[in-house]
Amino acid sequence: MDAITGNLDLWRQGIGTTLLLFAGGGVIAIVLGTVVGAMRVSPVPIARAVGTLYVNLVRNTPLTLVFFFFIFGYSALALPTLPNTILGIAAIGVYTATYVAETLRAGINTVPVGQAEAARAIGLPFGLVMTQVVLPQAFRSVVPPMMSVLIALLKNTTVAAGFSIAVLPRLQQTISNSHTRPGTSMEILAWVAVFFVVVVMLLTLAQRALEKKWRIAR
Amino acid sequence: MSSVLYDVPGPRARARNRVLAVATVVVVLAAVGFVLWRFTLSGQFTAQKWSVFTYTNVWITIGEMLLNTLKAFALAGVLSLALGFALAIGRLSDHAWVRVPVMVVTELFRAVPVLVMMMIFYYGLPTFDITIAPYWAVVLGLTLYNGSVLAEALRAGVEALPRGQSEAGYAIGLRKSNVMMLILLPQAIRAMLPVIVAQLVVTLKDTALGFIITYPELLYYTKLLSSQARLGSPILQSAIVIGGIYIVMCLLLSWLAHWIEKRGRRSAKRPDAGPHDPAADDEVTLTEAISMQTGAGPRNAGGRLPG
Repeated sequence: MDAITGNLDLWRQGIGTTLLLFAGGGVIAIVLGTVVGAMRVSPVPIARAVGTLYVNLVRNTPLTLVFFFFIFGYSALALPTLPNTILGIAAIGVYTATYVAETLRAGINTVPVGQAEAARAIGLPFGLVMTQVVLPQAFRSVVPPMMSVLIALLKNTTVAAGFSIAVLPRLQQTISNSHTRPGTSMEILAWVAVFFVVVVMLLTLAQRALEKKWRIAR
Repeated sequence: MSSVLYDVPGPRARARNRVLAVATVVVVLAAVGFVLWRFTLSGQFTAQKWSVFTYTNVWITIGEMLLNTLKAFALAGVLSLALGFALAIGRLSDHAWVRVPVMVVTELFRAVPVLVMMMIFYYGLPTFDITIAPYWAVVLGLTLYNGSVLAEALRAGVEALPRGQSEAGYAIGLRKSNVMMLILLPQAIRAMLPVIVAQLVVTLKDTALGFIITYPELLYYTKLLSSQARLGSPILQSAIVIGGIYIVMCLLLSWLAHWIEKRGRRSAKRPDAGPHDPAADDEVTLTEAISMQTGAGPRNAGGRLPG
C-alpha cells in the first residue's frame, strides 16, 4: 500500500494524464472518425478514395510509430512547440479515428438497402430517410463495437509512456529513478494493471447495459 | 446505383457531388501542401537528411532489425494461437472448475494493456530477482494478450454454430473431445479466420512496443538513426522509410488472409453457403423439443450431452 500512499501526487498526475489522453483522444477520434466514415460511404468517388487511403495507411502503422511521428517528427518541422501531452492526444486521436470510421461504416452497412428504398418509396426526403429510418438502426448496431474501440483507446494511452508523457505506466520509471520514493517496480506496475482492469470492467459493464437497452427487436 | 444511404443521383445531386469532390480535393491538397511546405522550409528534402539511406550498413542493420521484429512476431503469433485454443476449449468446458478460472484469466489478460504486461515482465520481475531478456518480455506480453483475445474469438465462433452440429456429432457416438476437434473447431476456425488474421496484424504492429522496453527491433533502430547528428538527425526520413516497411508487412498479411478466405470459400462445399436457414439456429432444437415432451427436460445449457 505504501506504493500508493507514499506517491499520491504521482498517482493523481498519472491518472489525470491517462484520462486526459482518453478524453481528448476520444473527442478527436470521434469527430475525425465520423468525417472519414462519412467520406467512406459517400457517393463521391474521390472522397471514398481519400477515406480508404487514410484508413489503410494509419491502421497498418503501429501506434508507437504514429506517436513517433507526432512527438519527434513534429519538432523537426520547426513549428511552434507544443507540450508532448497535446501531441500525444493528437497522435492517439488520429490513430483511433480509423477504427471509429470503420465501425461507423460497418454499422451503416448492417442496415438492409430495402429499408432505405422503402422509405424513399413512401416519399420521405433524404433528411427523413436518414433520421427516421437508417441512422436509428445503424446507431444500435454501432454502440457495442464503438465501446470496444473506446476500451482499446483507453488501453492504448499507455503507449504514451514511451514518449515521456506522464501517463500511468510512466510512474514505474519516475519512482524507480527517484530512490527516495516507496514502492518497487512490480508493485507500481501491478497497481497500474489493477487500475486498467477495474476501468475496463466498468466500461464493459456499460457496454453490456447499452447493448441490452438498444438490442434490435426483430 | 442505389445504396442504403443514397438514391440514384439526379441532375442536382450530381452537381452537388461535383462540388463535394472539388472541395475534397482542395482540402486534401491544402493539407498535403502544408506538410510539404513545412518539409521544404525545415530542410527535410535536403540530400544530407536522406543520405543515411545510401549506406549499405544501414540497410543491413535494417534487415537485422526487421528480422528481430519478425522473430518476436512469429513466436508470439504461434504461442498466442496455441494459448487461444487452450483458453477457448477451457472456457467451453462443462466443468465449472475449469471454466470459471479460465474465464477469469482470459478477462484479466484482455483488460491489461500489452505495454503494461511487457513492462511487468521486463521491469517488474527484477523485483523478485528474475531477469528476462527484452525479447521474452515482448513475446510473453504479446502472447498473453493476443492469446486471450483469440480465445474469445474462437469461443464466439464455436457458440455461433447451430446446436444441431454438436448434437449430430454425439448422435453418431463421438466423444466430447472428438466433437470439439472434428466438428466444432474446424468450422469455428473457418468462420473466424478474418478475426484471427486481424489479430495477427495487431500482434505484428504491437511488436513495435518492444522499442519502449529496449528490444532492438525496427522502431528502436528508427530512434537510433534519427539521433545521428552527423547525418542531420533524419527523424522524419527514417520514420517514413520504417513506416513504409510496417505498412507493407501488415498489408501483405491482410492480403494473405483475404486470399486464404477466398480459397476456403471456393473449395468448401457447404450446404449453408446459400441463404441462411433460420431454423438451424432456433433457440430450441428438435432434439430438445422431443426430450422436453418425454419429460426429460433440456440437457445442460451448452446443449452438449455427457460424452
